[in-house]
Amino acid sequence: MTVPATLDIRPSSLSPDAAALLGRFVLIALIAGALTAVDPGFASVSNLLNMLRQASLLFLVASGLTLVIIGGGLDLSVGANLTLSACLAAAAIKTTGNPWYGVAVAIGAGTLIGYANGLMINRLQLPPFLATFGMLWVAQGIAYWFMAGQTIYGMPMSFRYFGTGFFLGVPLPIWITLVVCLACSILLHRTTFGREAYFMGANQTAALLSGVPVERRRLLLYVLSGLTAGIASLVYLARLNAAEPGIGEPLLLPAIAAVLVGGTSLFGGNGNIVGTVLGAILLTIIVNGLNLLNVAATWHPFVNGAVVLVAIIADLVISRRRSGSE
Amino acid sequence: MSMMIQLQRRSGMGQFLSAIPGAGLLLILMLVLFTIVNPRFVSQTNLINVGLQTSLLLMLALPMTLIIMTEGLDLSAGALLGLSGVIVAEALLAGWGVFAACAATLAVSIAFGALNGILIAYLSLPAFVVTLGTMGLMQGIALVLTNGDPVGGFTPAIETFYRSQLWFIPTPIAIAAALYAALWLLLYRTRLGNYVIAIGGNKDALRLAGIRANLVHLAVYVLGSAIIGLSAVLLIGRTNSAHPTVGIGMEFEAIAAVVLGGTSFEKGQGWLFGAVLGALAITVLRNGLNILSIDSSLQVVCIGILLILALLIDQARKQFVRRTA
Repeated sequence: MTVPATLDIRPSSLSPDAAALLGRFVLIALIAGALTAVDPGFASVSNLLNMLRQASLLFLVASGLTLVIIGGGLDLSVGANLTLSACLAAAAIKTTGNPWYGVAVAIGAGTLIGYANGLMINRLQLPPFLATFGMLWVAQGIAYWFMAGQTIYGMPMSFRYFGTGFFLGVPLPIWITLVVCLACSILLHRTTFGREAYFMGANQTAALLSGVPVERRRLLLYVLSGLTAGIASLVYLARLNAAEPGIGEPLLLPAIAAVLVGGTSLFGGNGNIVGTVLGAILLTIIVNGLNLLNVAATWHPFVNGAVVLVAIIADLVISRRRSGSE
Repeated sequence: MSMMIQLQRRSGMGQFLSAIPGAGLLLILMLVLFTIVNPRFVSQTNLINVGLQTSLLLMLALPMTLIIMTEGLDLSAGALLGLSGVIVAEALLAGWGVFAACAATLAVSIAFGALNGILIAYLSLPAFVVTLGTMGLMQGIALVLTNGDPVGGFTPAIETFYRSQLWFIPTPIAIAAALYAALWLLLYRTRLGNYVIAIGGNKDALRLAGIRANLVHLAVYVLGSAIIGLSAVLLIGRTNSAHPTVGIGMEFEAIAAVVLGGTSFEKGQGWLFGAVLGALAITVLRNGLNILSIDSSLQVVCIGILLILALLIDQARKQFVRRTA
């Protein structure tokens, strides 16, 4: 029997995945240390908690995207999905006064958009980036039309608890992140569905020939991505206390950057959700650091773009070295 | 040799009649519909307006066709258009001449095209994520240069140029037509064009045939960016101002035009004239919806629906052909 090429037979006790995660931890610690040296206020508990809360918002958008990318797809519509779900939920809460209608609307709208993405890719055989790129503009357009230039603000306190509340001294968004991260981890590593997602991402034809119902699994992946975008929209809405059609657009690049920085390869078939958590934290620290250094917010798109480019080039270099050493 | 013959047939009349993409049928349908709803639609002023809007869209859609034919994509096209406009405007405000300002924007756009091309052609990175990253870079630079505000008050020469006429054709339309002719000749009548088409089909085969495939691949991105950079002059001439985010979303319309025109993302199956049909279909749709006073944000949704309809028509026809063949 031959040894599979991907099997790691080095005598190290650390698996490559764990080593990569550890490397990201060290990177985060180094940047955090440098920022603390520049401004001791960085390391205050309130700033750290605030940053983790921001990172958790970014993670929620990126979590479903991670699943889709592991499965060999792509979802460029997560930001626009968040926008539309948040706007619809805000309207539902405002008109009914009952936050639970908002929750239902956001989850429903997010999931539906994900379902439509999966349907387009399966039925029209469109490349994922094209279908979800189209969905980006469609969802964005509906949001602009629906809001008609207005901003909906002033959510009830019971709803704002999702974004601003604390539980056991820890902000609620961080708890939500922990739950979503745990759920995604179990899904990826402890279920057949998760193994099939990795299989599809690594080699879709092989997965299809091995009897994986590729279309059904793909549909579910996009639905999950829509679902997490819907959940993220609720936390975002509760945190901002306002909905307007521009909120989700600046999130797409950071979300993709978080997935890539987290070590999930765009080519599918590898990566994990904990990496995305670290990627989101890393990205938030960078932005936070820029603010500390008084860099204007207009630089943010440039920084996000640069992070994406550096991350894919690093991914390429690492994967080439790894395949070269075997 | 046989490749050459097949390529020539694809550009010819037979291709035109046998495979008018779904967009062509929808275009005819829309023309009839909008004319019935409001006869003002076919007035001369409105038709010239449609022509002007189509020509600007074509400045993005034509190079995008070449890029998509190489199995690539350029999501940074809209951001580059915005950035180029800002550079021209800022250079003019700084007292540069019109040609110096154009040279500056040409240099920047060629640099970005080369960055895209090197990462995509030489490092084989996926085009959509590379151009998504450079989109962020471009958008960021445009915002930093302008602080997010529109730039105006530069020489009216740009606007005069935009409103001028060559013989009796508005200059922007003439430029788009000239660009189409040039790219058509490049793609279907030169060796380089054959290589471009072959990259989409099988880049490795091209390389094994002793051709510097990576260089050709890079050239497609550089050429595309250069065209987009220069077309920013038309964009800022239209309103006599440059806005850092004005181009955002135009890449969607350009890609939609190419896809509507029947160019596929697989194996370099493209058709340059399809981009013209697609761009016309999108502009006519937008123009008609304007006449029906439908909100511009909903027009984007309608473009998405048009795209899906055209793809469904093409798919149904393909199945029909397969069944009858």
